[in-house]
Amino acid sequence: MSATGIGASVKRTEDIRFITGKGHYTDDINRHGQAYAYFLRSPHAHATINKIDASAALKAPGVVAIFTGDDIAADKVGGLICGWMIHSKDGSPMKAGAHPALAQGKVRYVGDHVAVVIADTYAQAREAGEKIVVDYGVLPAATDTATTAKPGAPQVHDVAPNNTVYNWHIGDKAATDAAFAAAAHVTKLDLINNRLIPNAMEPRAAVGEYDSGTDALTLYTTSQNPHVARLVLSAFIGIAPEHKLRVIAPDVGGGFGSKIFIYAEETVCVWAAKKIDRPVKWTADRTEAFLSDAHGRDHVTHAELALDVGGKITGLRVHTIANLGAYLSTFSSSVPTYLYGLLLSGQYNIPAIYCEVDAVYTNTAPVDAYRGAGRPEATFVVERIVEIAARQLGRDPGEFRRANFVTSFPHQTPVILAYDAGNYGGALDKALALADYKGIGARKAASAAKGKLRGIGFSAYIEACGLAPSAAVGSLGAGVGLWESAEVRVNPIGTVEVLTGSHSHGQGHETTFAQLVSQRLGIPFENVSIVHGDTDKVQMGMGTYGSRSGAVGMSAVSKALDKIEAKAKKVAGHVLEASEQDIEFKDGKFTVKGTDKAIDFASVALQAYIAHKFNGQELEPGLKETAFWDPTNFTFPAGVHICELEIDPETGVTTIDRWTAVDDFGALINPMIVEGQVHGGVAQGIGQAMLEGAVYNGDGQLLTASFMDYCMPRADDLPSFRVETIETRCPSNPLGIKGCGEAGAIAAPPAVINAITDAVGHEDVAMPATAQVIWRAAQKAILKRAAE
Amino acid sequence: MIHVSMIVNGKAASADVDSRTLLVQFLRENLRLTGTHVGCDTSQCGACVVHVDGRAIKSCTALAVSLEGAEVTTIEGLAKGGKLHPMQQAFQDNHGLQCGFCTPGMIMSAIDMVNRKGSHLDEHTIREELDGNICRCTGYHNIVKSVAQGAREMATAGAAKAAE
Repeated sequence: MSATGIGASVKRTEDIRFITGKGHYTDDINRHGQAYAYFLRSPHAHATINKIDASAALKAPGVVAIFTGDDIAADKVGGLICGWMIHSKDGSPMKAGAHPALAQGKVRYVGDHVAVVIADTYAQAREAGEKIVVDYGVLPAATDTATTAKPGAPQVHDVAPNNTVYNWHIGDKAATDAAFAAAAHVTKLDLINNRLIPNAMEPRAAVGEYDSGTDALTLYTTSQNPHVARLVLSAFIGIAPEHKLRVIAPDVGGGFGSKIFIYAEETVCVWAAKKIDRPVKWTADRTEAFLSDAHGRDHVTHAELALDVGGKITGLRVHTIANLGAYLSTFSSSVPTYLYGLLLSGQYNIPAIYCEVDAVYTNTAPVDAYRGAGRPEATFVVERIVEIAARQLGRDPGEFRRANFVTSFPHQTPVILAYDAGNYGGALDKALALADYKGIGARKAASAAKGKLRGIGFSAYIEACGLAPSAAVGSLGAGVGLWESAEVRVNPIGTVEVLTGSHSHGQGHETTFAQLVSQRLGIPFENVSIVHGDTDKVQMGMGTYGSRSGAVGMSAVSKALDKIEAKAKKVAGHVLEASEQDIEFKDGKFTVKGTDKAIDFASVALQAYIAHKFNGQELEPGLKETAFWDPTNFTFPAGVHICELEIDPETGVTTIDRWTAVDDFGALINPMIVEGQVHGGVAQGIGQAMLEGAVYNGDGQLLTASFMDYCMPRADDLPSFRVETIETRCPSNPLGIKGCGEAGAIAAPPAVINAITDAVGHEDVAMPATAQVIWRAAQKAILKRAAE
Repeated sequence: MIHVSMIVNGKAASADVDSRTLLVQFLRENLRLTGTHVGCDTSQCGACVVHVDGRAIKSCTALAVSLEGAEVTTIEGLAKGGKLHPMQQAFQDNHGLQCGFCTPGMIMSAIDMVNRKGSHLDEHTIREELDGNICRCTGYHNIVKSVAQGAREMATAGAAKAAE
């Protein structure tokens, strides 16, 4: 392995600008003559808009324009869309209510967009916004996931009776019912997957700019997928045709899913820029982020697991109510369906699965993909119910899992997915050893001697990543293909630019992609630059989410490199006066088989451009290749995480004592970056399990709308992590990569809750298991023990 | 408008500002020093930490006009003569950042931590002292390692400077 090639923990190239304050995030961008947008948001969860009187606001200092939903409608700007069609089990299409960028006639959640004020400064826009008088007809709000579909609940959209978007199902109901009828033991579980707010540290922002000379628009925005943003803004919302709209996502300060979606604010900024012929800038403050970024999770689930006399799992039955909020966000419909139901087999051989999902509207912010997106929810169901079943049967949780693991591959699950490669037992063995599972009895006793409760919790997760084979997702309702593109431009002096449709917002692509190119072409790492995030530079791309940049984005780069190598061999053959078939390429040198004739990569690049040594009609000059990579399967990262914690039953204060992760991500490009991804994912998973939860009251007011009220994980809430890997290569892409970005967030919540419930000795612990929740659980356990 | 003057990263800087202008706005909008970030509006996240007269403050919570004559150091002022500050280098060495948005505030807080607590910082101390800086990407594991290394190397660099 070279110091900068595949598998090396190369320090990140992009770090230099970030640690010196020289990054360029969207809010750092200022355009000449820009005005500022302030969004007047609904203070009510559900209300009719009877009248908007902006006359006083229009006279306020600095105000350039004020627009409402009527102005958007008059300009024939389309509504925001949901790009994944889900059909109910009766075959009917999902019921999607209209989603205008600025509300038309009705507001449906606190934070919904009522008007935009554009002024010379942001302070002026905000002050003017306070002068707008809106006559609301306040309506009762539907805010509760479990009851919003019940008769009598306030109706969010007329097109969706009983607030039901769809009743979806997957699996074989009859086979599953038969498994339960024959079961020797059935484990039942009711759980809530708590609602989360993503909170990337960089708030969303947008700068829209119009060039009247060319009638072209530019949008700088905090996006994980600028090309998808351009596609949606062009083809569906109708802002401008694609060749007249450039979307630039510069440095982006974290996404976690929340920056995939096409929101009202950037739509309005780019539309309004043309309307007033001035650049328009908007940057969310944190409260706006809480109110209007798409939230995550929010499931209410009942699950049942059937087992035979020997403790083999024979069936799984799941019913979930998934809250999608007030409108269908860009990919929301896919999250509790194909990203959830398909993962319910976990790492286990389960012959029969049946899952029903009722997706519902409420008067709350839209809910969409958040790190893991459906897969954490599925893993929480599977890993909680498997743990409880093991406990009920008196089996060791690790060995019970092992007895039910899938052990041969490929493995067809009853819920579409076919797992291609894995070694679940191997990950478990390694995790048990690293966690010193043998010593847990002694450690529990030592804790007990101090008056503390110690627990250990397992999570054997699987995810489907590398999204995704285009035809396959198309057949499941996706509105887009999920391939990725790459362009490799070799310059005449042999340096290389790689243009990728993947987008880095913390993942380190400028380093990892360059490692691949450096190794493949045998050129110095420093001679490679990675270009992304600009639709005028990169032809097309699907962006970064679903742990797809390595498995899909780098595969596209690899395919383009194959073409570069093939072309360069032709050039080298002419230069070395040898047949193309006799040229070998290794470590950056082209050689003629069986001779000492050689030429390095940079010299071949120069020859390709000067084109003196070959006939330009037979072989095109230049050295630049593009590729689109369409995956042939999902990838299946999997692993075992073990959480060990200690509870002070007097206070509920809980300390995670050790965190052991053994993950199989396939081949690793940069182990340092992979470990960092696991750390961050686990932190978000622990956050979900112990700290974070969005709370709406019955009126639909978001009670957790600041960092004072929504508990983000901080340094002193978390332990250091032990992160190791095993490797089974992914057979469906050339690099053997499975993806690592979401694993931690998927694995962690059940590991934590399984550890807490192990410590307290009963299962009644909900997320977020704050100190108060844990104190109650511990006291309940103590009282129960005393009563016995 | 009120005239305000400061020394920012060793250079005189002044502007006529609205009286409600926050230090972070003065830095970002008047001086175009955009390395200092705004991640919240409740003084919780720490992305905006800078040094004023040698102490770390959250620049989203200070009025620019209240700091007339102050000496301010931002993330842009740490590297000297093209050489990274040891704490900056430590963050790169230990993969202490991912998206980079919280990083300037983290580094400024970390240097202040060393200034206040010395260069032998254990994990517990570092975690407690980072309570005012939120990171959503790293899970803090590598930030803790970065701060520990940066602290040690600040001591080494300080000793080397004293010896000169």
